[in-house]
Amino acid sequence: MNKKKVFVQGNEACVEAALYAGLDFFAGYPITPSTEIAEQLAYRLPKKGGKFIQMEDEISSMCAIIGASLTGLKSMTATSGPGFTLKQEAIGFAIMAEVPCVIVNVQRGGLSTGLPTSVQQGDVMQARWGTHGDHSIIALTASNHQDLFAMTIEAFNLAETYRTPVILLFDAVIGHMRESLIIPEPGELPLVGRLKTSVDEKTNYHPYLPREDGRLPMSDFGGVHRYNVTGLMHDMWGFPSTDPRVAYILMHHLYEKIEGHVNDICRMKEFYLEDANCILISYGASARSALHVVQSRRARGERLGLLELQTLWPFPAEAVRQKCERAMYVIVVEMNLGQIMRVVKRAIDDPNKLFLANRIDGELITPQDIKNMLRMIYGKGV
Amino acid sequence: MSVKDYLRERYMPHLWCAGCGHGIVMNNLIRAIIDLGLSKNDIVMVTGIGCSSRISGYLDFHTLHTLHGRALAFATGVKLARPELSIIVPMGDGDAVAIGGNHFIHAARRNIDVTSIIMNNSIYGMTGGQFSPLTGHDKKATTAPFGSIDHPFDTVRLAMGAGASFVARTTTYHVTSMKNILKKAIMHKGFSVVEILSQCPTYFGTKNKMGNAVDMLNNYKTHTVPIGSKKKKENPDLIERGIFVQEEREEYCAEYEMLVKKVKKE
Repeated sequence: MNKKKVFVQGNEACVEAALYAGLDFFAGYPITPSTEIAEQLAYRLPKKGGKFIQMEDEISSMCAIIGASLTGLKSMTATSGPGFTLKQEAIGFAIMAEVPCVIVNVQRGGLSTGLPTSVQQGDVMQARWGTHGDHSIIALTASNHQDLFAMTIEAFNLAETYRTPVILLFDAVIGHMRESLIIPEPGELPLVGRLKTSVDEKTNYHPYLPREDGRLPMSDFGGVHRYNVTGLMHDMWGFPSTDPRVAYILMHHLYEKIEGHVNDICRMKEFYLEDANCILISYGASARSALHVVQSRRARGERLGLLELQTLWPFPAEAVRQKCERAMYVIVVEMNLGQIMRVVKRAIDDPNKLFLANRIDGELITPQDIKNMLRMIYGKGV
Repeated sequence: MSVKDYLRERYMPHLWCAGCGHGIVMNNLIRAIIDLGLSKNDIVMVTGIGCSSRISGYLDFHTLHTLHGRALAFATGVKLARPELSIIVPMGDGDAVAIGGNHFIHAARRNIDVTSIIMNNSIYGMTGGQFSPLTGHDKKATTAPFGSIDHPFDTVRLAMGAGASFVARTTTYHVTSMKNILKKAIMHKGFSVVEILSQCPTYFGTKNKMGNAVDMLNNYKTHTVPIGSKKKKENPDLIERGIFVQEEREEYCAEYEMLVKKVKKE
């Protein structure tokens, strides 16, 4: 049987993947450049008996998907920078209450209302630290539609595996660009379903007591186990507690369940890294220009390589350090003022060999922008 | 089943002050649920933040204690996901009509089948006595030391204007009618609003020299009248209580079900 090949926007690729992953519930509010995700799902979800609701604002959209997820449905919302900011308090709630869900942020340009239809990668740190208080988070990205499909599935899988919200961070130019996408056959990509408790009705169920493998089986709202879900510090029953030991254990658990599994969670793509003396580190749409430069320079015999990050958070610091160990130069290519560059700086052994090739004017970073930085580094002038 | 069977004893003692009206609301809510014979497994209680919101922790239902003002937004997600469940959303002044005001009017507009209970104590109690949108003109609070220049919402009129299909008001003095109103509100198919005037002797009462809890309860007796009472015509300052709106109207989740049936045929 021939696989289904379609020519779609990145936003549509995200929708196809979410449905493939078993999306049952979407709540959202229109915002450029993510609106097509809501539009498509308003059409697609009722046809499969799923739930779509356009809420009164960004905040309520985030709250609604948390509520729906607690009943056992795979839930998602989609937004862009300003809406992502509004959702942050509820994202923190989902982290604290350990409710699986997926938040898509199709990044637009600038701070505030900024450049609604332009490209920038300015929300990398907002994804990491947007909500208040110490916490950990999973954030994924992609540079093309096929990867976007795979990473959207991955977002749902990680959300269920780690009982946590997962942020899918992609760029306006990916969301709105059309390119080919091959939709995998059902069953071709592994899907992680909700891990449900095997505890029976007569036995006490502890919603916040991790198993030996660290996972926390859930019981759906409406089921036989009645428990409390709160954003307050809570014990294994979900009851609020101000006991310092309870707070310490929970803070540690929420952080370690993600940071302790960096190697399981993190995905990256490597191009010509084996002998590279100059490594570009990039992600999302920027990685397309970076790959173009690497391939054209390789054709001239120059030893350039590309490390494309697909997982931004948790940051794979040790892997990046090892891969950059033997390179003379490391150049981070991104469309912001160095948000990932500063993380790389902390990760690598010698920060003096690190450079930033960036663009922050709402235009896609070009191969020429990266080549200009290479000329600077090699002392050839611009 | 007795009232005690619905309480989570490991959660006690509760944090409400002596004389607080919220316990009276909780008691009557349990009695209403016992009378209706609802299964605990079929009830999801969603609350926001504040004194009122702690009610969810004390009760043995599926309970979701959320963010300040967002209880109805979370509840909308739960209800649309599982329309067969009964959703009860007790809220305080801030949850319902201040930080959560937008969700309140939109839940009412959608006529989603959620029972919202506004435990109106005219004050922000959890943070120590600041004025709320229900405090009232000239009333004192820690952030209105010279008397508030803010005029309050009339919650009943707000709910009616926003499209709630069941709107009622009662007080912690009128416990029998409170229970009956709560029963009707829970059974109502659509968005129901029950405003319950609930005394806060600790902050609102002290700041405004209203006496102790018993004095405040007596005040509800003397300053409220049934809807359409003659006394109201003579004294417009009296507050009406009773059921203001009870209408059958298309409920949101039922409409969604119909939409799904329609598009699946196409």
